Amino acid sequence: MRLEVRGEVPLALTVLAPAGAIVLALMLTAIPLLWAEVPVLRAYGLIFEGALGSRFALTETLARATPLIFTGLAAAVAFRAKLWNIGAEGQLYVGALSAVAIGSGIFAASPFVMIPLVLVAGALAGALLMLIPTLLKLRLGVDEVVTTLLLNFIVLLFVSMMIEGPMKDPMGMGWPQTEPIIEQAALPKLIAKTRVHAGLLLALLAGAAVWVLVQRTTWGLEMRAVGANPAAARFAGMPVGRVVLRVGLLSGALAGLAGVGEVAGLKGYLTLDLSPGFGYSGIVVAMLAQLNALAVIAAALFVAVVFVGADFMSRSIGVSSYLANLIVATSLLTMLLASLATRYRIRMK
Amino acid sequence: MTASAEPGPEGVVLRLRGITKRFGDLVANNAIDLDLTAGEILALLGENGAGKTTLMNILFGHYLADEGEILVAGPNSGLQPLKAGSPSAALAAGIGMVHQHFTLAENLSVLDNILLGTEPLWRPLQKRREARDKLASLMGQAGLQVGLEVVVSSLSVGERQRVEILKALYRDARILILDEPTAVLTPQEVERLFETLRRLASHGLSVVFISHKLGEVLDISDRVTVLRAGRIVADLPSTGTDRAHLAETMVGRPIPSTIRSPMEPGEVLLALDRVRVPGTDRRTGLAETILRLQRHEIIGVAGVSGNGQAALAGLICGLVRHDAGEMRLFGRRAVIGSPLVMVTAGVGRIPEDRLDDGVVGDMEVWENLLLEDYRQSRFQYAGFIRQAEAQAHARDVIEGFDIRCPGPRAITRLLSGGNIQKLILGRVLDRRPDLILANQPARGLDVGAVTYVHQRLLEARERGAGIILISEDLDELLTLSDRVAVMYRGHLSPTMPTESVTIRQLGLMMAGQKAEEAEIDAA
Repeated sequence: MRLEVRGEVPLALTVLAPAGAIVLALMLTAIPLLWAEVPVLRAYGLIFEGALGSRFALTETLARATPLIFTGLAAAVAFRAKLWNIGAEGQLYVGALSAVAIGSGIFAASPFVMIPLVLVAGALAGALLMLIPTLLKLRLGVDEVVTTLLLNFIVLLFVSMMIEGPMKDPMGMGWPQTEPIIEQAALPKLIAKTRVHAGLLLALLAGAAVWVLVQRTTWGLEMRAVGANPAAARFAGMPVGRVVLRVGLLSGALAGLAGVGEVAGLKGYLTLDLSPGFGYSGIVVAMLAQLNALAVIAAALFVAVVFVGADFMSRSIGVSSYLANLIVATSLLTMLLASLATRYRIRMK
Repeated sequence: MTASAEPGPEGVVLRLRGITKRFGDLVANNAIDLDLTAGEILALLGENGAGKTTLMNILFGHYLADEGEILVAGPNSGLQPLKAGSPSAALAAGIGMVHQHFTLAENLSVLDNILLGTEPLWRPLQKRREARDKLASLMGQAGLQVGLEVVVSSLSVGERQRVEILKALYRDARILILDEPTAVLTPQEVERLFETLRRLASHGLSVVFISHKLGEVLDISDRVTVLRAGRIVADLPSTGTDRAHLAETMVGRPIPSTIRSPMEPGEVLLALDRVRVPGTDRRTGLAETILRLQRHEIIGVAGVSGNGQAALAGLICGLVRHDAGEMRLFGRRAVIGSPLVMVTAGVGRIPEDRLDDGVVGDMEVWENLLLEDYRQSRFQYAGFIRQAEAQAHARDVIEGFDIRCPGPRAITRLLSGGNIQKLILGRVLDRRPDLILANQPARGLDVGAVTYVHQRLLEARERGAGIILISEDLDELLTLSDRVAVMYRGHLSPTMPTESVTIRQLGLMMAGQKAEEAEIDAA
């Protein structure tokens, strides 16, 4: 048995494969659900209800999708150029940290000044963090998978130090958290009394912008060529090192923006549980989207649906939240299988 | 000799009957019938993808045929069916195969390589003395001499091939299959190989010689079987046929002949004055090199691969920098080695490895055609690619260079080798470069595509371009070049007018002789 690359992908398959993946995921997760003596159909009903079943559910899903779009884009951009940035989690945190540093009352100005400032600060911090592994890769050939991954832990410890020390909120009753973002620097809510904030709008814009950049510009042409065949790109006269550097900065900036959105749009202050692994989930989002920036939006929404729905289900029925994680993981795996099936055909020998 | 020791009917040692092999919709072998008699050298001629290798892989048990049967004569019996899909059965039946890429363990001695796989693993004492005696007599018979204790990694390509042949003979092969055996050899080594094969055939060994080189096929074989698109289209004795006829049979249509008309060379485009390129562990550098290329001329660079051609090509492509000497490009001193500088200076570069350096396989055809030109204001505005312009350009080049593909948006990697080379050719020549570096531009291509590439290069020469043509194919070099030079261990010989050199002389120089000595020896 072996895999062959499909020349052309039939349209029906691109629709049927993801649908089949969802069905398969539901069937597979039925086994542990039955084992846990949970009524399977009711559980699925609850997932749907919790993620899509009401206005509130929908807004929760959108709020959850927002950081996933950013981190998904960060991974998609980098992976396209074969720069394996596994450090979106760390870049998210430094983005959030700088947003808090600038936006929590050192000075105050109108929102038209404060909001862009906070966004730029977060993007810049993420980009600068990503600069380290990118330069190490370009100058010394250090594997960026290792450096970006390990930087995540360094950043988390650094953030922990800051929120326990210099940036600790004196009014926080001893909790390890920073001072809150002031009102002028907070991202406005898109829908009143929900958790959907302007970050969603920015994420959608970023998705469109990244798509245009990758597909329609000379920089995008360079990025794709360098990713797919660096030797040919170099032979053709492309500045390979500069392209990789550009990609690294952009990827870090996008992940940094995810942190800004979470802290300035949702939580208000920075704690160590700001992100339940959005940086890592972004990798899955990017893979599901096959690194296409517009598809990242759809993939992030899908992942958010599963997260939010499974969370709601486990709370409603009172089963362990591990079950929710299991459902999330299974659907991601079957989705990846489906995307594999659309790209390759299996041939029996 | 008893009657039972006779080979099969009419001396047939191998018989293929109705061999058919399909890969999906593609019929790689279509009802192939073939007979091989004892002591015969049969050439299997065909273009890439004609089904030669598939057929031999079926014979050797790597593939299973969908239909048909294989009969082999045993040493003491008539024709018997060969167990399909089993290389060990093929070996036991006396079929030996020398692959294009050798299958030797580099860190073992010649003797160990030959014995490898012929002895049970658990026997502590190998019968080395017997093996040595047998090999000595085999070497005498075949006229092959190889040091048995030498480690394979220190052998030349030609010697390695001799080890492969010995390996097959040691296993009592009575049918020897050689897959493109001359591709890696110098002309002298080819001659030696042919002598060996003739001697072996005179002792009763049957040889199947797979090739797409017409001259060799006519030279060595008794009989030629021509494959085209999986079918046998001709089966004729080698005497009484000629290259033109064979080429036409192989391709299925007449081949225009390539003629280089004499031209007066013009201004100097590229001048290398004692230019040196440092070597690396894996690559030979360029020793102090002197070269002058003028308009309207093609300089051919011959040499066995790995003798510094990569350094010369890299220099002109802008991939490597020289550390001594002076390089003048279009009359100006050129210092900075960077592909971009060379591209913008108007140097056309056809890389040796088309898939690695030439194209980005996963990108679309129009994007690959844009790879060197996307910065031009014609194709971009403020960094945004002018899609319509770029696609129109791609359609022009696709048409102008006869690139067979579904359209500008086709994925490049799905094109055939010939069409990918036409794509690169189109990208390079459409810019009308004055200086062209063509590194193995026709290697591995079909006869039709080869002719096409050659004619395009000659057109560029007529238009006024100067071309440096690096090739291992001496026929190609002598057809296209106005002057030829030979590279050996990083040294480029002075150029010689093509009319004054012979293949034999070039072959001696490729093996390291100086031009004057080679002239004397070749005479």
